[in-house]
Amino acid sequence: MIAAEDITVSRSGRKLLDKVSITVRPGQFTVVIGPNGAGKSTLMKVLSGEMKPDQGRVSYYGTSVELCRPAELAKRRAVLPQATQLAFPFTALEIARMGAVAQGAVNPTEEARRALSRVGLRGFEDRPYPSLSGGEQQRVQFARALAQVPQPVADGVPRALFLDEPTASLDLGHQISVLEIARDFAAAGGIVLAILHDLNLAAEFADHLVVLNHGRVASEGPCADTVSDEIVASVYGIAGAVGRIPVAHIPYILPQSRHR
Amino acid sequence: MGSTLAMPFRQMGNGDRTGQGVLVLFLLVLLLVVSCLVSIGVGPTGVGLDDLWTYLRGDAASLSSQERVILEAVRLPRTALGILVGAALAVSGAMMQGLFRNPLADPGIVGVTSGAGLAAVAAIVLGNTILAPLSLFFGSQFLPLMAFFGALFNTWLLYTIGTRQGRTSTTALILSGIAIGALSLAIMGLLIVMADDRQLRDITFWNLGSLGGATFGRVISILPFVAVVLAIIPFVARGLDALVLGDAAAFHMGIPVQRLKRVVIVAVAAACGSTVAVAGSIGFVGIVVPHLLRLAMGPSHRFLLPGSALGGAALMLIADSVARTVAAPAELPIGIITALFGAPIFLFLLLGKQGASIRDMP
Repeated sequence: MIAAEDITVSRSGRKLLDKVSITVRPGQFTVVIGPNGAGKSTLMKVLSGEMKPDQGRVSYYGTSVELCRPAELAKRRAVLPQATQLAFPFTALEIARMGAVAQGAVNPTEEARRALSRVGLRGFEDRPYPSLSGGEQQRVQFARALAQVPQPVADGVPRALFLDEPTASLDLGHQISVLEIARDFAAAGGIVLAILHDLNLAAEFADHLVVLNHGRVASEGPCADTVSDEIVASVYGIAGAVGRIPVAHIPYILPQSRHR
Repeated sequence: MGSTLAMPFRQMGNGDRTGQGVLVLFLLVLLLVVSCLVSIGVGPTGVGLDDLWTYLRGDAASLSSQERVILEAVRLPRTALGILVGAALAVSGAMMQGLFRNPLADPGIVGVTSGAGLAAVAAIVLGNTILAPLSLFFGSQFLPLMAFFGALFNTWLLYTIGTRQGRTSTTALILSGIAIGALSLAIMGLLIVMADDRQLRDITFWNLGSLGGATFGRVISILPFVAVVLAIIPFVARGLDALVLGDAAAFHMGIPVQRLKRVVIVAVAAACGSTVAVAGSIGFVGIVVPHLLRLAMGPSHRFLLPGSALGGAALMLIADSVARTVAAPAELPIGIITALFGAPIFLFLLLGKQGASIRDMP
C-alpha cells in the first residue's frame, strides 16, 4: 500500500497539487485521469519519491519515502516515463537490462530477454534504441520497468508499477496489450498506478479511478461511479458524451454524442 | 554449414555486447603492451628495440651505461607518464560525456583544461609572492593541486550554467564552455604579463603540451590523482549508464543521482587538473578514444571506461613516439599530433549522421 497524505506542491506561485490524498492498493489497477495541467505527472513524481512535496508525506507500507535510499525504492517500484530520448546507441536489450540490474537480478540478461518478449519485442534485442519507432521505444521502456519488478509480489511485499501515459504513441493493439500486462500484474497482487488520457481505456481497465482537476481530487472510486456526465462535463467541459454498455455497465465516452 | 560458422557471431548479435566488450578490452591490453615497447624502444638516440630486448632478457650489463640511462631514466618515466596522462584524459572525456549525456563534451573543448591551465599559471607566477605559504606547504604537489582546483571550478561552473532541469543542451554546453575557456585564457594572459623570464619558460613549456622532461617525480606527483579516477570506475559505470536515460529514470533505478554527479565532477577535475600540471593541455584524446570505442564495443560504461583508460594510454604513447621521431632531433609538441587527427574526428562527429541527433538536441 502506497499512501500520499495531504500533498501540496507549489511551483512559481501556482499550486500544482493542493492537499491531495490518495491510496494505491495492491491487487488494484489504479488509474489517474484529468485534463492537461491537472497535476497528474506531478502526483506520480511525488509518489515515486522523485519529487519532494512542499507539504504532506508519502509512505510505502508505513515507511516514509524520504527515509528510503534510492536503491531500496528501486526494488519496490519501477517507473515508466513519458518519451525518452538517448544520446548514445544502447541496444533494446541493454536498456531493459538496466532495469534488471537495478533490482539486483541474478541473471539480468535473461530477465531483460523475458521482459522484452513480454512486451512483444522478441527479436528486437540487438536493435539500437535510437533506430526504433516511438512506439517501440515506449515498449522497450516498459520492458525495462517490468525487468525491474518482474514479480508482482516478492518476499511477501507487493511491488509497484508506475506508468506515466503508457499508451501514448502506441497503436490500439499495443495499447490494450500493455494495459493487459499491467492488469495481470495488479491481479497477481501487485500495485499499479497509471496515468491515462483515453477515458475509454481508463474505464475498461481501472479498478479504482482518480480524477484530478486543478491539482485536487475531483472524484474517486470505481469507474461506474466516477465516469459520469457531471464529472466529464465539469472536468473536461464536454457534456452528454458518457454512455453505458448495458451488460457490463462499463461507461464509455463517445465525443460525437456531446451537446454542441 | 554456413549457419554453424555464423553461430558465435549470431550470439554476439543478440543485443548483449558483453562478449564484444571483453574481446575489445583484451585487444586494447595487447595494443597497450605493444605501445609500451614502441615508446621505450624507439627514439632519436639510436637506442632501439634490439637494445630494449637485450635489457628485458636481463642482459643489461652488455649495454653501455649511456644506453642504460636512456632506457631507465629517460624513456621509462616518459612512458609511465604517457600511460597515466593518456588514461586520465580519455577516462575524463568519457565520464564527462556520460555526465552531460552528450558525446561532444570534452574537457579541452569546454574550458575545463583552460581552468586547470589558469590555476597552474597562477601557481607558477604567484607561487613565490601571495601564494607562497601554500606553495611551501604543499611542495611538489602544489602545481597539480592548483590545477585540480582550477579544473574543478570550471567544471562546476559549466555544469551550473549549461544544465537546466538535468538536461544539458549541446548549444549551451559548447557556448558556455567557450566563454568560460576564453575568460580563463584572458586571466591567464594577465598573469603571463606579470611573469619573469624563468616563469615564462615554465609556462611556455606546458602550454604546448608535451611529455618531454618526464621524471619519476612527475609520475609520482600525478599517480594518486589518476589512481583515484581509475579506482572509481566500477562504482560509477552503472550510474552513468542509467543517467543516459535521464536524471529521473536513473533515480527510479536506484542511483543516488546528485552524489554520482558530484563524484564524477571531482573525478573529471582530478584527471584534467593533474594531467595539465605535468603535461600541459593535450586536446582531443578525451573525445576521440571514447568515440572510437563506442563504435567498437557499444556505449555501456562498464566497458567504455576501462577501455578508454587502456585506449587513451596506448594512443598517448603512439602519439608521443611520433612526436619524438618524425622531426628528430627536434620534438613536436604532442598536442599538435593529437589535434591533427582529433579535430577531423570531432568535425566528423558533429557533421556526420550521428551528429544530426546531437545538433538537434534543444
